[in-house]
This record gives sequence, C-alpha cells and structure tokens, in this order.
Amino acid sequence: MSYQCSVFSIQCSAFSYQFVIPTVLKFSRERTTRNFLLLFFSFLFSTTFSQTKTINVCATCDVKTIKNAIKIAKDNDTIFVKKGIYKEHKINVNKAIHIIGEDYPILDGENKTESIFAIKAANFSISGFHFKNVGMSYTKEIAAIFISKSNNFVIKDNKMDHVFYGFILQRTKYGLLQNNKILGESKTEATSGNGIHLWKCENMRIEKNLVSGMRDGIYLEFVTDSHVSHNTSIKNVRYGLHFMFSHKNEYHHNEFKRNGAGVAVMFSKFIKMHHNTFHYNWGTASYGLLLKEINDAEITDNVFEQNTIGINIDGCNRITYKNNHFIRNGWALKFTGGCYTNLFEYNNFMHNAFDLSYNSRLNDNKFEANYWSEYNGYDIDKNGIGDVAHRPVKLFSYVVNKTPETLVLLRSLFVDIINFSEKVSPVFTPDNLKDEKPLMKPINPLE
Amino acid sequence: MLKILKYSIFDLLRSRWSYVYFIFYLLLGFVLLFLNSDINKAVITLMNIIIVLTPLIGTIFGVMYYYNSKEFTELLLAQPIKRSKIFMGQYLGIALSLTLSLFLGLGIPFVFYGLFKSAAIFDFSLLIVVGSFLNFIFVALAYNIALSTENRIKGFGYAILMWLFLAVIYDGIFMISLIMFNEYPLDKFSLIATMFNPIDLSRILILLKLDISALLGYTGAVFKDFFGTNFGFIISMFILFLWVFLPVLRMKFKLKKKDF
Repeated sequence: MSYQCSVFSIQCSAFSYQFVIPTVLKFSRERTTRNFLLLFFSFLFSTTFSQTKTINVCATCDVKTIKNAIKIAKDNDTIFVKKGIYKEHKINVNKAIHIIGEDYPILDGENKTESIFAIKAANFSISGFHFKNVGMSYTKEIAAIFISKSNNFVIKDNKMDHVFYGFILQRTKYGLLQNNKILGESKTEATSGNGIHLWKCENMRIEKNLVSGMRDGIYLEFVTDSHVSHNTSIKNVRYGLHFMFSHKNEYHHNEFKRNGAGVAVMFSKFIKMHHNTFHYNWGTASYGLLLKEINDAEITDNVFEQNTIGINIDGCNRITYKNNHFIRNGWALKFTGGCYTNLFEYNNFMHNAFDLSYNSRLNDNKFEANYWSEYNGYDIDKNGIGDVAHRPVKLFSYVVNKTPETLVLLRSLFVDIINFSEKVSPVFTPDNLKDEKPLMKPINPLE
Repeated sequence: MLKILKYSIFDLLRSRWSYVYFIFYLLLGFVLLFLNSDINKAVITLMNIIIVLTPLIGTIFGVMYYYNSKEFTELLLAQPIKRSKIFMGQYLGIALSLTLSLFLGLGIPFVFYGLFKSAAIFDFSLLIVVGSFLNFIFVALAYNIALSTENRIKGFGYAILMWLFLAVIYDGIFMISLIMFNEYPLDKFSLIATMFNPIDLSRILILLKLDISALLGYTGAVFKDFFGTNFGFIISMFILFLWVFLPVLRMKFKLKKKDF
C-alpha cells in the first residue's frame, strides 16, 4: 500500500495526519454514531499501519487532471487540487481516496449532460471545490456530485452554481454533507433540479448547508435514520425541504424562507421536527409546512411566521405539536382530510388571520393550554389559565372553506358579527373543538 | 363660498363634538400604541375602527349639522349668494373639520411613537387617505338624505339605515350571494361588488397592503392581479373619488329644484 509513497513525497504521512486526523476528531466530538467511529478507525488504521501518499494536481504539476490523479491513486491516498479551472466531467471515483481543493479550484462541467463526479466507493471525502455549469437534461439525472451505493464519506465545504442537481445520492449509508453552498437560478420546476437529492439512503447527516434558487432545496425519498440540521433553504422554486416515505428522521435548527411552496412532508412515520424556522412563504400556493399522511411525529419548538398557511395538515395522526409559535400567518393551522388523535399544547397563536380552519364537524384532536392572541376571556383566580374555554374555529373560516371567494369580506363588521354569534352558540363549527385551558400569557415569547 | 366654508369650519371647530371626536381619536391612538408598540399591528386594529366609525360619524355629523343650521341657512339663502356656494361651503366645512380631527387625532400619537422611522408610514398614510375619503363620501351622502327629507326624525333614520346597509347588510347579502352561486366563477362578480360599496373598497385597499394579498391569491388570481397592481390602486382611488363626486353632483342638482 505504501511502496509508492516515497516516489511522490516524503511528507505524505505527515499530510495525512495534518488533514485527516483533525477532521476525524472533529466529528467524534459531535455525535459519535457508529458510522463515524467506523470512519475514525478506518483512518486510524490506515495512518498507523500504512503509509499513504499525496498527489498534487495543478496546471504546472506532473499530474494535470483530476481524472489522472484518481487513476494513479491507491486507497487512502489524498489528492490536492490547486487553484485553477479544471474542465472535467464524468470523474469516476471508485477508491477510498480524499480529494481536497485548495482555494476553491473551479470544476467546470461546460454544460455537458454528465455529472462532474460520479462516485461509487467507500471511505472517501471531497472538499473545497467550486462546481460550475452542470448541464440540464429532461431524461438523465445529472449532478455536480453523483454518489451511488457508497458509504462512510464526507462531502464538505463545496460551492456550486449553475448546476442542474447539486447532489444526487442513491443507496448510500453513513455519509455527511456539510457546509456546502448551492446557489441556483432556477425559473421553472420542469427545467431545474434539486439542491440535495437523496434516494434510498440510511444514516445520513446533512448539516449547515445553504441551498437557494434550486427546485427543491433538500429532497429525501426513502431515507431513514438521518439527521437534517442547521441548513438554510431559501428562495427555491418549489419546496425548501421535501421528503417522502422517509421514516425515523430528525430535522432541527433549519431555516426555510421564501420558498415557492414552503416545506412538504409526506407519507412518513416517526419524524421529529424541532427548532426549525419557517417564514415568509407567502404567495398563492404557499405554506410553511405541509404535512400529508404523517403519523407519530413530534413537532416542537418551531417558528411559523408570515406564511400563507402555517401548517397544512392532511390525514395526519398521533402528532404532538408543542411549543410552536404561529405568528402573523394567514391560516396558522389548516386541516384538510381526516386527522385523528393529534395533540396541540403550549403553542402560541398570535395575530393570524385565522388560527384554525377545520373541514369537518368531527373533532378528535386535543387543544390544550395554548396561548391565543384572540382569546378574550378572563382569569379571576389569577392562575394564568383562562376561566372560559376558547373556540379557535371561527364561523368565517368555515364559510371561507366552503366558498373561498368570501375571503374578500375578511375583517368586515358583518363577519365580526357572525363570528361572535357563532362563538356564543356553535352551529357550524365542531362543538367540542375548544381549548379548555387557554393561557393568559404567551409561552416563551420570542425576542 | 370660501367665506361660508370658513364660517362653518370655525363654527364646527368651536363646537364640542369636534373636540370629542378629536380627543377620541387621540386617546385611541395613544392607547393602541401603548398596548402594542408595534406600529404595524396598531395600523391593522386602527383599520377595523376607521372603516366602521368614520362613515358612522360622518353620516351623523352631516345630518345633524344640516338640520341644526337649517334656520341660519334659510337666512343666508335670502342674501344674494348662490345656493350651491352656501351648501358646498357647509359640506366642505364639515368634511374638512372631520378629516382634520381624524388626521390630528391619529397623527399626533403615531408621530410620538416614531412613525417616521417606521416602515409602516405608507400603510398609515393610506389609512388616513382612505379615512378622509370615507369622511367626504359619507358627509355627502348624509347631505343628500337631509336635503331630500324635510322630517328630521325620518332623515336621521334614513341616514343611519344607509350606514347600516353599507357597513353590515351589504356584506351580508354579498356573502350569501357568494355562497348561493358557489358553482359559478365569482371572481369578477366579487371584484365588481366591492366597487359598489365604499366601505368594502377601502377595507380591501388597506388589507391588500397589510395581510390579505397572499390569502386572496390563494383563491383567485383576479383579485391579486387587479388590486395588487398600481393600475388597480389608481382605479380604486378613482372610484372612491367618484363616490364623492356623484353625491355632490346630485346635491347640486337637488338644490336647483328644491323649494325652501
């Protein structure tokens, strides 16, 4: 494994220590899941018991293209790509190597309908590149980095612009995508691709990425046991985050802003979503969060601000909504389709045009101890809980549900009058849909 | 005309009711801003009040002033002054003094709470403009009613009924017809229906600048395309102007024939 090392550089093992060990240590400091321990030990093994080499790639070096560098590299080698423009595409990676760009060398795909990197390997990493000009195709899936059937890898600190897809990952396990910036200028859904696209993956981590101007910011399908955290997804043509059939995942501390249609979550079980911010998804067909056929999820500590619809809930059961803030949305919650045994507690509903829109007269969901800015009851015993129950569904929201055009009458005196009369004696809205213990003061007010 | 305008403005400014009205708005502004110091939210609440209250006050003031000053008006009519000048002077006097109360009453607290530094200044000025339009419209309508009915009680009754119709009943009929004709495309219909009611029109004008635009877009692009654009805004303003102009025209027409 190491016999070629001296040919290139005497310092190669030193390089490995310098670059690989800190990376590994950094990850193990965070969540020490199985995948990173594995990664760690594999590096440790390779660096202690074998010598690896480094290969430099630049216009004046011996090796001038990344393709050639990969051809001569062995497992565990490191390829350094110096600053410059590399017009390469279809770079196949099938070895456990580390490709590091220095000062963001540009990888130009020249708008060819081929991915720049096509990877099928284990224990590899790619970092520090600037990807450009990946061609658009209606029939092929083309990405700046296309990874299939791989595991234990790290892709970080890359920039991408004018790419069709940023990442496509298929059947991968134990991978980390971190600190990548994907900036697109998509116009229509049909001619654009997703920023980060995962299909049939397991145990992935997607962290601290920025995706903007793509079709879907982050797209996950059949992805399980993964973490999506600290990402920013703004101004994408369709969804900021979109996942389907992806069970047991956790989404936290992400920001979704001004996306065409917000965030869509469909057909998934055992999801945890917390500390996310969904804001300014404001437009004709926008919502903060669309939940469709989601069961047994936990949605806590999120902020929904100024969305046309805060959460659109369609056929979702056994979900706990806790400590969420709904601020100045058109509809804070909009129920469509049967939703059963959901629990809403300790949420803030503040200054929404409609707090709740409900499509049936049946109610099997529980609202308890929320703060409603529209609540006008009293608290005589001063225990912080209102003495009269609050009915969040207004008659007008029922009417708007039936005939959307009546929305032009929002905030008119007539509407206030009929809302009041409905509040006094509910006829059209579910009788048992009420918060028996409305809070007098908001919980954890935001700064 | 200017002399009469000046006279009626001073007359009104001396009267208790203008002060009450002014102080009401002043207190309202201060209390609103004191309770939630966010100017944006205060503007929304204010809108709710303005679109209901300004027409009501305008109507009542108009009718009241006409009947109260009827004897003096008759005296003036004996002088060599044109009829239209007398009545235009009175009409403008009421409308201007009410607008002044509204403008100062709300302007002072908002300036105190940093309106000029806030992004809400445009919303606020729109609110004031719409409020002033409503004043002019409803005083003109009230004058029309008062000119047409000799009986004081009847006049008051009709005026209140007119306000009630435009503020509440119209919306009720509007909503019921929207629900009844649910199967038909109603976008254009509702667009036109709002034009026929100055209160609805002003409400939608303000709401579009505040929160309704995306909600409306959700149902029909027609609204957004119309009200959301500068063209729609100008058309709406023009229609509000027509709502002032037509009643005033009728007033002039009525005056020519009326036998005092």
